[in-house]
Amino acid sequence: MSTQIEQQETEEQEQETEVESPGDRRRAQKREREAKRQAQRETEEATLDDEETVLLKVFRYDPEVEGKQEPRFDDFRVPFHKGMTVLDALIYARDTYDSSLTFRHSCRQAVCGSDALFINGRQRLGCKTQMADLESPVRIEPLPHQEVIKDLVVDMEHFYDQMHAVEPYFDADELPEDGLEEQRQSRENREKVKMSTRCIWCGACMSSCNIAAGDNKYLGPAAINKAYRFAMDEREGENRKHERLRIIEQEHGVWRCQTQFSCTEVCPKDIPLTEHIQELKREAVKNNLKFW
Amino acid sequence: MYEHDVIVVGAGGAGLRAAIAADEEGADVALVTKLHPVRSHTGAAEGGINASLREGDSWDLHAYDTIKGADYLADAPAVDTFAKAAPEEVIQIEHWGMPFSREDDGRVSQRPFGGMSFPRTTYAGAETGHHLLHTMYEQAVKRGIEVYDEWYVTNLAVTDHENPEDRECHGCVAYDIKSGEIHGFKAKRGVILATGGLGQAFDHTTNAVANTGDGCAMAYRAGAPMEDMEMIQFHPTTLPSTGVLISEGVRGEGGILYNAEEERFMFEYGYANNDGELASRDVVSRAELTEVNSGRGIEDEYVDLDMRHLGEERILDRLENILHLAEDFEGVDGLDEPMPVKPGQHYAMGGIECDENGETCIDGLYAAGETACVSLHGANRLGGNALPELLVFGARAGWHAAGKEMKAAEIDTGPSAKSEDGAVQPPVEPGAIDAGSEDVVADGAAIEPTAVIENAVENERERVETLLEADGINHANVRADIQETMTRNVNVFREEESLEDALRDLREARETYEDVAVSDPSRTYNTDLIHTIETRNILDVAEAITLGALAREEFRGAHWRAEHQERKDDEWIKHTILAWSDGTPELYYKPVNLEGDEETYEPKERSY
Repeated sequence: MSTQIEQQETEEQEQETEVESPGDRRRAQKREREAKRQAQRETEEATLDDEETVLLKVFRYDPEVEGKQEPRFDDFRVPFHKGMTVLDALIYARDTYDSSLTFRHSCRQAVCGSDALFINGRQRLGCKTQMADLESPVRIEPLPHQEVIKDLVVDMEHFYDQMHAVEPYFDADELPEDGLEEQRQSRENREKVKMSTRCIWCGACMSSCNIAAGDNKYLGPAAINKAYRFAMDEREGENRKHERLRIIEQEHGVWRCQTQFSCTEVCPKDIPLTEHIQELKREAVKNNLKFW
Repeated sequence: MYEHDVIVVGAGGAGLRAAIAADEEGADVALVTKLHPVRSHTGAAEGGINASLREGDSWDLHAYDTIKGADYLADAPAVDTFAKAAPEEVIQIEHWGMPFSREDDGRVSQRPFGGMSFPRTTYAGAETGHHLLHTMYEQAVKRGIEVYDEWYVTNLAVTDHENPEDRECHGCVAYDIKSGEIHGFKAKRGVILATGGLGQAFDHTTNAVANTGDGCAMAYRAGAPMEDMEMIQFHPTTLPSTGVLISEGVRGEGGILYNAEEERFMFEYGYANNDGELASRDVVSRAELTEVNSGRGIEDEYVDLDMRHLGEERILDRLENILHLAEDFEGVDGLDEPMPVKPGQHYAMGGIECDENGETCIDGLYAAGETACVSLHGANRLGGNALPELLVFGARAGWHAAGKEMKAAEIDTGPSAKSEDGAVQPPVEPGAIDAGSEDVVADGAAIEPTAVIENAVENERERVETLLEADGINHANVRADIQETMTRNVNVFREEESLEDALRDLREARETYEDVAVSDPSRTYNTDLIHTIETRNILDVAEAITLGALAREEFRGAHWRAEHQERKDDEWIKHTILAWSDGTPELYYKPVNLEGDEETYEPKERSY
């Protein structure tokens, strides 16, 4: 539709409004605004040809919408600007072309962990990945090895179950009796657990892990890292630590890890996951020797 | 219909703390939340948690700093309650395993923060909120607290008595995002709204995309008044291109602000001759924009925040996260160059009017955290006071809703607290398009709890069906219009004419919203629908903010008016209160309570 026709329609409506009720006038104004928007969109789209643009190839799937039940890829061409992230590009595509394009996102600053995606064949956070760093076209898919709910949204339940399986909560053997007295923790010990506490539960590591893909019961790197975070925290005490090591030493625990480092490579918070898993293996051996 | 003793809406810091508190009291409590708890925006808080823990500090110093920071618009019972309880709450989360930064002796570290007379800000690197959120979620898991994850609460189930003070909240209605089903939730003892911020009313904000003022809008339409909505905090150090927050901790550790002429303008131009960069946030934000408006901004847009002189070791120890944020979202290496910063919308001091126990004027309806206004922060919140607020008042709301015996609240709520009528004259009619006919929560007959909830569920089903079936405009257009006008007209510097323009634009947006429809026909994970409902909430809170801003004809805290360049204590030590009144908003005032436990706080000149 050309912009000219839109404008003619608008003029006609404006004439009509002189004899119509306030409600009609409002509706006419609304149509006018919509026409303006439409014209603006068309101008924007027309200028896209000249400007620098990037092509997104986005995975689409919806179990209950005809035409989307068979997974497919949709192309979206979006204007590029310096500093544009994959999340920015997805938001542009959704708000401009297709409001049904579905993906999780919230904080836009790599802390909520909602938008881990499979971007050009690698697990990354959409909000933290610069379009400029990617080869075009940019292929965006949901995290592999997780059930797709719709488009880029995967079912996180299994990931959460694994996290919960390691009893992911601080549980000290004893606490100071005075409710106003803190536990002491050395700087060194805080430093030791620091990286492990950065986890944002995005699921990138789990999705990248071959072992997790083949063994549904494997705790996975994120959950083992969570266990590390508490097992290494000197405030909890030896009894709790012993219990924690028992959990991660089970059949589908640390010993499954084959140190392929894929989790460490994709972690958006740079947590040395594989190292943490290795260290827990050593702790578990020591623990067993001690309690023999 | 689901049923629990206490329903907590939202599972960020305030919601989690409330749920844990209710659980401690033996209540059956559930969190109903549109985001999984660890996705909440509490996780983005960086700087810290204020509490008077050490020798030389005391709760009353903390209280005084808070009242002064609030520019004497906070209520003393709220401030005293807060400052007294903050230390035990901080130690409580330490006992829950919070990985605080530590001193050599193993105790929790504290650092200076803006507007504080003592370095009382506890922290965990520059990602305090992340650690606080995860620590509390972990404790909720430990207690087996039920979480309805990715369930979006769209409305409250409240009786429709004429006077909001006679109304009762029996539950809420939630939309299961994954399945598209709508269900009623019955709360036998209370509903606690802990939905967080409303930053999406603006387009340059540190807030998450999910911060759409849902709790405020729902409570407002159900009859609980909005308090001091004009009081919006603009944080002085956000990254220009994205609005990502650069913690006040940078200035707390010694970071310096420079203008384009490399002058340390906070001192050079006398904005804060004593505290410089560590003046309170409203002062620093205005200073930065004044520099930019005087032609001393960099690229006419921002100023520089320099922390290089702190040295790599100190930066890595205490502010490492800031390096990642500056690198990832602005392409700047903070160890090597100054970071560009400008003011961005950050926090709503106002919100749902409630008392020290979190109770609104509607029986069984509570609010806590950023969505609430106790009022603790008054006209300006001090950095590091939001996290202890959500701990202290989240816990109190949870306890009270669960039935714990607590001291009766001193703060009055509801229409009976009104001291005088408001005198604002908006250029266009605010409120609902068809006032009186929509958003009436329950019809006359439905007073029995189950009937109230069923009625509310029916209304929501109808609303959703209509949105899904109709053809119309994409809500994103309306949302963009709201954000644009709010950022242009209701910003750090406010003028009568601009505020009126904003109200006109918002009216237009409201009219356009009448034609909004959802084009995604799917019941499965329909974010188009969720965002469309959120946009309606953004509209209501944006209008409330602007009405309050137009009404308050003075300069107090974060609220600066071109035509009124003075704080007018004779006239304006009062809260602006907005009641929805079934779609025809009514503005009135209620007095500020400055009667503290130890002393009556006397308004003094506020200088830093």
